[in-house]
Amino acid sequence: MKSNLVALAAGALFAVGLVVSGMAQPAKVQGFLDLTGDWDASLALVMVGAISVHATALRLIARRRAPLFMPSFQPRQTKAIDGQLLLGAATFGAGWGLAGYCPGPAFVAVGGASPSALVFVVAMTAGMLVHRQLQARARAVRSPSAT
Amino acid sequence: MHGFTPLSSLLGGALIGLAISLVLLTHGRAAGISGLWAGVLRPSSDRTFRVWFFAGLIGAGLVMRAIFPQAFGAGPTAPLGLIAVAGLLVGYGTRLGGGCTSGHGVCGNSRLEARSIAATVTFMLTGALAVFALRALS
Repeated sequence: MKSNLVALAAGALFAVGLVVSGMAQPAKVQGFLDLTGDWDASLALVMVGAISVHATALRLIARRRAPLFMPSFQPRQTKAIDGQLLLGAATFGAGWGLAGYCPGPAFVAVGGASPSALVFVVAMTAGMLVHRQLQARARAVRSPSAT
Repeated sequence: MHGFTPLSSLLGGALIGLAISLVLLTHGRAAGISGLWAGVLRPSSDRTFRVWFFAGLIGAGLVMRAIFPQAFGAGPTAPLGLIAVAGLLVGYGTRLGGGCTSGHGVCGNSRLEARSIAATVTFMLTGALAVFALRALS
């Protein structure tokens, strides 16, 4: 139960951070990405603030053997940079620019009763499921005996 | 420059960093929103944690809308069809690339992971291109 309440609090804190920072305002996000127009640099500072805090906390947390509510820390990905990573990031960036939403702010705005955010989250979920289906199909093609 | 908000953006960013650190300290995992959501959609061992996290994320949005409606700005200006296309691209792209602005942009970059730095540069560039195209067409 304690673990669930901490998860609830972490989600809420994340949401407050997104709203305070301006990330939940699509027009502001697009102003940040509008390098050739009337550029609003504010959102670069969101990343500066978040990374400063997290990079510092990481060092302190790394001294622990295990997290508070789990037996061990999840290992980080160690894959090299590949085409999938770059193509995926490029695709994500295009969608982020078009709508002004990345995943976190879209969920917060669903709570804020925005119909566009709801459309965005439903479509994003569909995009994730499409990816999963294609992956499962690719695996089945690679090893037909497995199914 | 229009609407520059350095202090609130820095403060909001620090709160996001704190939330991500809290998840690492208690649950031992990176709090990337797209990855967490993908794990809600399929059976996963820590699904309960994920569902509670999203309850907090969406619930806080609800509360903030009630007490401070202007926090969300004017909302997106794009028509709903374009929003849906954008959502599809974000959903597919974040799974293919293994992260979004939180997973790569904050968690991975804080560890100076080459994959996350490459992803961040890439999504910033195509995001800027998308906005450039939108501005040019409207």
